[in-house]
Amino acid sequence: MKKAAFILVLCIGLLLAWAAKDFPSWGDPQSPASSSPVASHFIANTGVDTEVPNMVTAVLADYRGFDTMFETVVVFIAGLAVFSILRGGPKNRTRDREFVVDFEPDLIVTNTVRLIVPVIQIFALYVLAHGHVSPGGGFQGGVAMGASFILIALSWDLKTALARFPIERCFTVAALGIVIYAGIGLLSLFLGGEFLDYAHLAKIFPVSPEMARYHAMLGVEIGVGFTVTAIMFALYASLSTDGRMRDGL
Amino acid sequence: MSDSIVWIVLFPLFGAVACALGGAMSKKICYPVSVLSMLATVWVSVDTLFQAIESPVHEVSYILGGWSLDLFPRGVGIEFRADLLGALIALVVTGVGLIVALYSKVPVQRETPGKEPMYYGLFLLQISGLAGIALTGDAFNLYVLIEVAALTGYGLIALGTNRAAAATFNYIILGTIGASFYLLGVGYLYLKTGTLNMVGIREVIEAHGLFDSPAMQVAFVLVLLGILIKMAFFPFHAWLPNAYCHAPTTTSCLLAPLVTKVMIYVMIRMVLTVFGVEFSFESTWWTEFLPWLVVVAIVCAAVMALAQREIKRMLAYLIVAEVGYMVGGVWIYNYYGLIGSVFHIISDACMTLCLFLGAGIILEKCKTTHFNGLRGLFAKMPLTMIGFFIGGFSIIGLPPTCGFFSKWYLITGGMVSERWEYMITLMFSTMVMVVLFFRLIERIHLAVDESGNNLGKGHGDLGLTKQQTRFDEAPLSMLIPLLLAASVVLLVGVYNQEVVNQIEVFLQPFNLPTGVKYE
Amino acid sequence: MFEDGSIFNQLLVERLNYFIYVVLLLIGLWAMIAKNNLIKKLIGMSIFQTAIILFYVSIGVKEGATIPIYLPEHDPHGSHAQLDSNQTELLSHGAKVLEASAVPNYTNPLPHVLMLTAIVVGVATLGLALSVCLRIYRGYGTVEEDELLEKLEREDSRKSGGSNKRRPRRRTPANKGGPAGQSKRGQTTEKTKSDKPTPRRRQASKSRTKTNGPAKEQAKSSNRENDKPKPVKRRRPARKPKEDKS
Repeated sequence: MKKAAFILVLCIGLLLAWAAKDFPSWGDPQSPASSSPVASHFIANTGVDTEVPNMVTAVLADYRGFDTMFETVVVFIAGLAVFSILRGGPKNRTRDREFVVDFEPDLIVTNTVRLIVPVIQIFALYVLAHGHVSPGGGFQGGVAMGASFILIALSWDLKTALARFPIERCFTVAALGIVIYAGIGLLSLFLGGEFLDYAHLAKIFPVSPEMARYHAMLGVEIGVGFTVTAIMFALYASLSTDGRMRDGL
Repeated sequence: MSDSIVWIVLFPLFGAVACALGGAMSKKICYPVSVLSMLATVWVSVDTLFQAIESPVHEVSYILGGWSLDLFPRGVGIEFRADLLGALIALVVTGVGLIVALYSKVPVQRETPGKEPMYYGLFLLQISGLAGIALTGDAFNLYVLIEVAALTGYGLIALGTNRAAAATFNYIILGTIGASFYLLGVGYLYLKTGTLNMVGIREVIEAHGLFDSPAMQVAFVLVLLGILIKMAFFPFHAWLPNAYCHAPTTTSCLLAPLVTKVMIYVMIRMVLTVFGVEFSFESTWWTEFLPWLVVVAIVCAAVMALAQREIKRMLAYLIVAEVGYMVGGVWIYNYYGLIGSVFHIISDACMTLCLFLGAGIILEKCKTTHFNGLRGLFAKMPLTMIGFFIGGFSIIGLPPTCGFFSKWYLITGGMVSERWEYMITLMFSTMVMVVLFFRLIERIHLAVDESGNNLGKGHGDLGLTKQQTRFDEAPLSMLIPLLLAASVVLLVGVYNQEVVNQIEVFLQPFNLPTGVKYE
Repeated sequence: MFEDGSIFNQLLVERLNYFIYVVLLLIGLWAMIAKNNLIKKLIGMSIFQTAIILFYVSIGVKEGATIPIYLPEHDPHGSHAQLDSNQTELLSHGAKVLEASAVPNYTNPLPHVLMLTAIVVGVATLGLALSVCLRIYRGYGTVEEDELLEKLEREDSRKSGGSNKRRPRRRTPANKGGPAGQSKRGQTTEKTKSDKPTPRRRQASKSRTKTNGPAKEQAKSSNRENDKPKPVKRRRPARKPKEDKS
């Protein structure tokens, strides 16, 4: 079986290698991807269309914002599915005993974490908000924020973290994130534009259409940040305790 | 309304969020919310279909984000393009979703109690993903939507018993390999053409003459391979029987008619719209031999279906055989074959829905779908059996069900393009399916058990007690969707010419050969 | 042989990124197909998806170009180093379309965007797959594919074979189900001799099945009921917390 898999994989590798002789060289500025009208438009016109200096965030949240909305939906699906697959943990008492890790939270770890977690969370919010100007954005900030809750769970125990961010609230926040994202898109739809066409938000907010895109992008990234934070923590809580949301790890 | 195309994807999305949010408060609202959002979705997809039929270019184009084609290059925004094919498939997806949503009340409560909010959330997001696949005009957006549909599928199946979870793992591995090959193929396409918009890619291929470039050929192979894995084409079908057989009832009713058919739609879209007819059929020398692989696929699937002793597993292998029909219909490179393939997507979705709904009712009432436990069902549940066997006759191909007409076009395509191997295989598998379904009728209706012993005491006596043959029909919430599905099978058959007219309008610009092509 | 223009130069020097990604892809693909442990398959899946991400990012590389964030002179909110007429504030130039000569200074932003999406999708798939693994472990007590397949086969044949298949197993407890049981026994002893970590895991799983006897959960119970009559001597290992076994 392993030999057959090896031969199959080698054949696929030879096929891919045969295609490589037709590729443009690595880093060629005249390659079709780098010199296409789409890429040139993104580089040249992002400032004029959206007034956002970070082209990647502009493409992610504005030009291809629909993809990002479904990416957020994918994160939400993962959280929902993991939670519901692992729900109703093993009903057996004896197996529960193996999960209990009985030690006291360590003094040095808990106090260090107590100092670090607020800094992490503010940095996460900074990464989210500063995503327009530097590398960053909703996903990156959301993961850092979720990681701060996981850090609390790791250094104390999961009960402490769940007391701060209960699992039902996780899913409410995650759903709220999608509602924010789709809601901004719907608002643009009701104001006469297409779905996710933020320029039409200038009709109700006193800003120019380009700045309307700028601010709507921030709103959308906040929605993404909510969802990613909540689901990161929900994934950790479900996976590390096999669905029982009790002690362990 | 002019933006109903985007509402097809948005109504289920908001319904899913409402289920997840509101289900925390009360589990009983999930069913009404999902039925309402599916009704709204069906309404907007009918509206989109009529818009596509009435528009002068026979398509509805909608660029999300407002980056209209007059001001910005093609590919700057994501385009939703519902031509007649996409609009038809979206209607099929939403229609099947509505029927299964109506059906789902009793099975979901019984099989996954307490998990209704999450189940319905995943259910509606699956519909949203599948409808989006049928409508999108951007290759990378297609990947994201394929993953939405796949992830919700994994979740919906693994929510069931432990056996279902074990079957899901194989599905996850194979599904991820398929989707990742598709992504890699799109990467190669982007590398050579510089754009992700489907129509834009074909324009660049034709403008630069990239027909013989090795990278494009390998891109085609990768995209095709990825999609064939996801549609469970033999020999990549290993995940399908286990996954659909052990899944919860509603899940198999939703996934079985839709997922593989939508992947066949993706293949047709890649072959016709993205790569173009000239590239897909003429520049690739090896696609001429694909119908032989199809022959092997159909024969193996039909034979394996014969060997099964359990209804749902048999139906799963029938799905593999039907996928073989449709793939063959595309690759015989013929106008009638492609009409047959597209019409078969629609009719196969309806008849598979019918069969799985019926199997679900049998499971619900008899607690087993094994052939041994089916005696006397005609007396016990006559309406269910009528609905189930309308689906069965459609798979066999009896008029006036829709299966007859789709098989007609497929066989015509095989004959006209002188692909005798495909035509003979179609007829052989039709015979096998006749055996399958009539064996089932015999098992249900006659008084013999598996080893041939006569159990009854004469004509009409099945050897069962009066209690066992008492009239005990399925609950209304399960029976009415089954009868709806059966009537759709009959209606699509009777009005098949309307549907085929639209398919012919769609296929017109591609100039497919109507006779023998490979001399 | 690596001079400019030769085939090796063309393949391995100019297009090195493609070869690296192909090697990683093949490693991941082989692990997904050929490895026995489910968790190792998932690691292979992760490697496979990472290889595709590397490929996409390498598409967007432009020689001599910087990251796709506007430099201060092109920044729509940036300001010139000149002061305005009142000599108090810096002049801001507002947003303007970049001239064509400045465009090659920036890398193509599109592959980065696509890969942000692909990374997130990969994480979601990995999370789902891990939860399915946990569920399999909960239900069948193993994450090795061959053991899992055997348990599934036994369960399927027990469910669908009906009464005639089950009785031989009960009547001869030392010979679990005839030839199938024999081969499994042979396989078991082979494995415990050759593979060091497995004895501990197998015995621990057997001890767990012993204590979970009266539990009546889905197929587990039926598997354990079949295990009970076996007169195999089992050492009771010290109860270890779950984290030790990895």
